[in-house]
Amino acid sequence: MSTANTTNRAYGAITLGTLLPWVIGAIILLVLPILMGSKGQLTIMSQMSIMVVFALAYNMLLGQGGMLSFGHAVYMGMGSFLCLHVMNASYFGSIPLPILPLIGGFFGLGIAMIIGSFSTRSAGTIFAMISLGLGELMAACVLIIVVFFGGEEGISGYRDEGLPFFGLEFISHIEVFYLIAFWLFVSAALMFLFSRTPVGRMANAVRDNPERAQFLGYSARWVRFVSFSASGFFCGIAGGLSAILFEIATESDLNVTASGVILLIVFLGGVGFFWGPIIGAVVFILLQTVLGLQTHLWELYVGVIFVAMVMYFPGGLAGIIMSHAVAMSLGKLGLLVRPYLTCVLPAIIGILGLCGLIEMIFHMREAPTGETEMTLFWTAIDTHHIWAWLVFGVIAAGGILLARQQSSVLKEAWDQANTIDTPAEEPS
Amino acid sequence: MTLALELDDLRKSFGSAEIIRGLNLKVEKGERHAIIGPNGAGKSTMFNLITGRFPQTSGHVRLHGTDLTGLQPFQINRLGLSRSFQITNIFPKMTVFENVRCSLLWSMGFKYSFWNMVSRNRALNEGAEEILEQINLTVRRDLPAGVLSYAEQRALEIGITIAGGADVIMLDESTAGMSNTETDYIVNLIEKVTENKTLIVVEHDMGVVFGLADRISVLVYGEIIATGTPEEVRSDQKVQEAYLGAALEDH
Repeated sequence: MSTANTTNRAYGAITLGTLLPWVIGAIILLVLPILMGSKGQLTIMSQMSIMVVFALAYNMLLGQGGMLSFGHAVYMGMGSFLCLHVMNASYFGSIPLPILPLIGGFFGLGIAMIIGSFSTRSAGTIFAMISLGLGELMAACVLIIVVFFGGEEGISGYRDEGLPFFGLEFISHIEVFYLIAFWLFVSAALMFLFSRTPVGRMANAVRDNPERAQFLGYSARWVRFVSFSASGFFCGIAGGLSAILFEIATESDLNVTASGVILLIVFLGGVGFFWGPIIGAVVFILLQTVLGLQTHLWELYVGVIFVAMVMYFPGGLAGIIMSHAVAMSLGKLGLLVRPYLTCVLPAIIGILGLCGLIEMIFHMREAPTGETEMTLFWTAIDTHHIWAWLVFGVIAAGGILLARQQSSVLKEAWDQANTIDTPAEEPS
Repeated sequence: MTLALELDDLRKSFGSAEIIRGLNLKVEKGERHAIIGPNGAGKSTMFNLITGRFPQTSGHVRLHGTDLTGLQPFQINRLGLSRSFQITNIFPKMTVFENVRCSLLWSMGFKYSFWNMVSRNRALNEGAEEILEQINLTVRRDLPAGVLSYAEQRALEIGITIAGGADVIMLDESTAGMSNTETDYIVNLIEKVTENKTLIVVEHDMGVVFGLADRISVLVYGEIIATGTPEEVRSDQKVQEAYLGAALEDH
């Protein structure tokens, strides 16, 4: 599916090309906290890393195995709850914190094996409905089984009570980030390697055509079960990391909303490529934290983006990026720069103008009476003044009209960039 | 001679309608056997019963003497029986190479392994290349199987079917909907890749049937009305009456 080195006939050779993304990833994880070291930034990056693990684990099902789960937060949440119980236990003092995620992972694996033993009997609608029902069931259990889930308050603990790990007690945020980054790297590498194993390949085959896979000697159900269990394992690791970072687990960690969010993240990033969910998780957490500070309406915008993605770019952000591969291999990427500036840029400005109008309407409806001033795009604006509405109206209409007008130019440039100049040559 | 496949009073009813009404058939090892018959005679149903796609109502199927009753398709496949489908049945989103490599995995003993890398096994990859070579799809190696032409997809499906090394191969209308050139190409391919194997085909094209088969069975309304060499079947009175009269005039 991804850019595997399939043309390389020296089987099994590890080349620079296959290692490079991993080296770059490791460097980014190592360097980021040095560049952005504030407490807030470290927390956001830690949160992103956890979401990346969860999203990759989810995509083992959706993208690789063709199983749509509406209740996958259960496995991460269960890992989280168990790890918090371990953190509260008397023997926690003899366990080094860095191995805690592994405990969460094995718990996630166990739960996934129990549930997978019957839910993976079929894929498609039946699997999706079972996952939805179990998601609801577990969320209800949180409030019923207080001993394990702690009721509405959830379970909390302290990560620094573990056995010091080479002198590290994981009190500072940067230590926690590096711990999470380590597990992110290991999990991502293992999940990538899993997709290259016989059962990982057969997961693709079962996704494409379960019946044919049966006539190749493989039980589709067993293949799904193995993928499902492996996914549960990595979800549990993400849960353990979440327990370490937040030191609390509540119902909101494993309810159906949380399961919906991960589906949204993975779709936003793109299910068709291994690295798609990574982009999805990073972008979503950015939207949630950065946009969430700017506006109360961030969920509305995320929802609109999601619907637009599903309708117009079902391949997600990764799909958009990879759709440039042909133009790039033909050396014609430069042709697209100008139309992007004249079409996509006005479109973005127009959409931002539209957002401004929405924000002003929201402010007029929700602000206390008498308060007419608001800050929009770092500018003070009086919503009771006609000028503010006019300016944003003109920006919105102008930007979108300009983009529409230029769209034919973009389309032409796109077609040209994706055509081979000498049609006589065979592209093989 | 040992029997590769034996049907013993095989029956199948859907509700009150009996579609397969007591089939008895013996296919010897290495034989090329064609099943012919009018539309709706139950040819595909017979294939589906033999390969475990659905269970029979009564009777037995024996593969090399082993009773297949109650076995799942993947278990039957592991015993050495492989099939293709009337409607092209491949893995459309995977590359051509990946299609073939996946069909080799079980027979090469990988099972549900998650500790081996498929790209690191020389025998597996060379085996897949060899099959690509045999079905002449090496140039299409890295394309998604879904974008191949119809004839190429049928060739790929034959490749997938034989890849696992099964010694009983069942092909369901491999040449349906093809031009004459394409049909010749596929028939040559079938002859080449099923050498020394037991072959059972369902075919509508009488040219293909009489060219390919050692023996022919005629299936009409869920019963085999005649089995024999092409000459015997051609001259059989019952077959003439029931079905073949018009179809044979051309050949």
